[in-house]
Amino acid sequence: MSEKVLNVFKGTPEQERNLKSVIEAHKDQPGALMPVLQQAQEIYGYLPIEVQKMVADGLNMSLSEVYGVATFYSQFSLTPKGEYRINVCLGTACYVKGADKILKAVEKKLGIKSGQCTPDGRFSLDSTRCIGACGLAPVMMINDEVYGRLKPDMIDSILDKYYSQK
Amino acid sequence: MTFEELAKIKEKNYNIVQVRRVVQQQGEELSKQTAYRKQVLICGGTGCTSSGSKKVIETLENELKKHGIEKEILVVKTGCFGLCSLGPIMIVYPEGCFYAQATPEGIAEIVEEHLVKGNIVKHLLYDKTVHEDGSIISLNETNFYKKQLRIALRNCGVIDPENIEEYIAGDGYAALAKVLREMSPQDVIDCLLKSGLRGRGGGGFPTGKKWDFARKEENDIKYVCCNADEGDPGAFMDRSVLEGDPHSVIEAMAIAGYTIGAKQGYVYVRAEYPIAVQRLRIAIDQAREYGLLGENIFGTGFSFDIEIRLGAGAFVCGEETALIASIEGKRGEPKPRPPFPAVNGLFGKPTILNNVETYANIAQIILKGADWFSSIGTEKSKGTKVFALGGKITNVGLVEIPMGTTLREIVEEIGGGIPNGKKFKAAQTGGPSGGCIPACHIDTPIDYDNLTNLGSMMGSGGLIILDDDTCMVDIAKFYLDFTVDESCGKCTPCRIGTRRLNQFLEKIIEGTAELEDLDKIEELANHMNRTSLCALGQTAPNPVLSTMMYFRDEYISHITDKKCPAGVCKSLVSYEINPGLCKGCTLCMKGCPVNAISGSVKKPHTIDKDKCIKCGLCERNCKFNAITKS
Repeated sequence: MSEKVLNVFKGTPEQERNLKSVIEAHKDQPGALMPVLQQAQEIYGYLPIEVQKMVADGLNMSLSEVYGVATFYSQFSLTPKGEYRINVCLGTACYVKGADKILKAVEKKLGIKSGQCTPDGRFSLDSTRCIGACGLAPVMMINDEVYGRLKPDMIDSILDKYYSQK
Repeated sequence: MTFEELAKIKEKNYNIVQVRRVVQQQGEELSKQTAYRKQVLICGGTGCTSSGSKKVIETLENELKKHGIEKEILVVKTGCFGLCSLGPIMIVYPEGCFYAQATPEGIAEIVEEHLVKGNIVKHLLYDKTVHEDGSIISLNETNFYKKQLRIALRNCGVIDPENIEEYIAGDGYAALAKVLREMSPQDVIDCLLKSGLRGRGGGGFPTGKKWDFARKEENDIKYVCCNADEGDPGAFMDRSVLEGDPHSVIEAMAIAGYTIGAKQGYVYVRAEYPIAVQRLRIAIDQAREYGLLGENIFGTGFSFDIEIRLGAGAFVCGEETALIASIEGKRGEPKPRPPFPAVNGLFGKPTILNNVETYANIAQIILKGADWFSSIGTEKSKGTKVFALGGKITNVGLVEIPMGTTLREIVEEIGGGIPNGKKFKAAQTGGPSGGCIPACHIDTPIDYDNLTNLGSMMGSGGLIILDDDTCMVDIAKFYLDFTVDESCGKCTPCRIGTRRLNQFLEKIIEGTAELEDLDKIEELANHMNRTSLCALGQTAPNPVLSTMMYFRDEYISHITDKKCPAGVCKSLVSYEINPGLCKGCTLCMKGCPVNAISGSVKKPHTIDKDKCIKCGLCERNCKFNAITKS
């Protein structure tokens, strides 16, 4: 139920203005949809159907075309992400060094599965393919912060740091 | 910008950059002709940034100011040096001192002792660069660098990628100038054909041929694209080139534009590489500012410009037709070929698409000649190849080796061997499209054809080392999970085939498979290979087939003995307590999350196998090695 409450679209007029200027800037450029969706996601944090509609109208495309692209690429999210976005790398270098155990430890700590967001909207968890920090494998990222050479028993203390932050 | 102005910029910056390329004595001489007593290079690539190099740079700048020597010491933030596991890395020239795993505390000491007083801080140096008698070994003499030959990476870790003049100092844009001044498009193609350069993205198609196809198409509009959508998990060659030497790609794309008759280029780069994207943006802006991109370059009438397009996380977009669809703003689904992009590519126009590393070789081939390039490597694979060395290996990092180097040289010498006394089991190349090379083939010279003959492939350059703790069925399933996720769904053999293949592997890992399933896997793999639309589906079974070929006994152990020899597959593992070694300390019993262990103090304990969830906690907790996994 809590998820439903979260998913109510709460776009601000300012966000809408920003999106419209992005659309305006790219409108006549060939292949504009991808850069517009990327920047729309930066503005709103995710791509709810309301935003997709605005993009479709602005670029004079059908909503199905926009939806098709938005759901094809793993970078685009149709649901909101947490305040802290956790990405556990499951690239090969990390995997052979036990990244699956790191992911399980994070899942256990947060009580959510990969691809989900905690009900309070604070943490979302995803697995990612190679962020390129293979020298530090296994690694995870929390927003832009990289944590390397992880062991499952380090997860508690790392996440506790974020729990205590407001 | 004129040819003369380019030469002047080179002259002005030559000594500063050259200090970093020569041996210490020469460097000291050259240093005197620059405004800087010493130069400090710090890696600002993704690997070192993740290990905290930003903070190290901040500290360094503050410390220099504190001692009032900030004007005598040049601080350069470079791209990747290669030894990512030792990051953050810092090198001081002209001595060429290699400080590893630099910390803010260490920096204070290095500034005070080395940069102010001139005493090298030996205990902070990379230990392989210090002799037992205390003398310093030059970096190029260490095992890691000795067997490498850097062509594509020649500027990585040497120049400041955000300063175009440092690139120009090392003959940057001289190849473009040479091409525009004295070569016809046909000359460029002849040179590339003669050099033997083959695509570094995986397929190994001759680059000269590709360019020639596009050149021969008659069309007013053509495009030059760069594939920087490095999706192979565990590979970071392209990222490192873009982070360390973005201009080499820009210059080569402009040469390609001149050769095929294109005015516009696109670089399609993964959004997951923020540092690479930012450096590339800066580089493109600087190239425009210096008149090396844009209208009428060098006053020759040739115009060329480049735009960046960000990927959005789809592995299939590494396939050329899918990548083109993605630049067009569509779902990144591949199309049947022919028509090939050289005929009908981006926006329906003739297009060439090369990988980052391929481009990074071009300028050097133009400058040094086809004969120089073709003298390196093996008969059918010329030049060098960059590998991202990862997994169970001491020196995780980026290496560039001449084609024909053996896997043993890479693992044992450059890579520094397998850590923790484990044994080399196999090397995985080519990622989800490739396969494994087992220990019995460790002396094979690496080139395109040898790897294909071994059932693997060159791929883009991910090289993952596996030790005897790795279960080959599990690693095959890891790649299959990946292709199941990344299959775009357009064609049935790939969409359904990868899933069915994965189900077979699941059965094997669970211990419910039968021997005849192995035959079914082979049959299905064969169908997928023949009928899938693009390389993703065609090659998806490779990790399974190649592990089945070399490690069939492991598959059979899983199926008939219900055992995982490496002890990885949980369903097939069981834990036992050796009563002879157990002291009855109760530690395992207390720690067991499901209360599966019973026993009384100072008496051997036992594990209830029906309750055990095989988490392995007891094995890790036991101080007497009494708990074994079988």
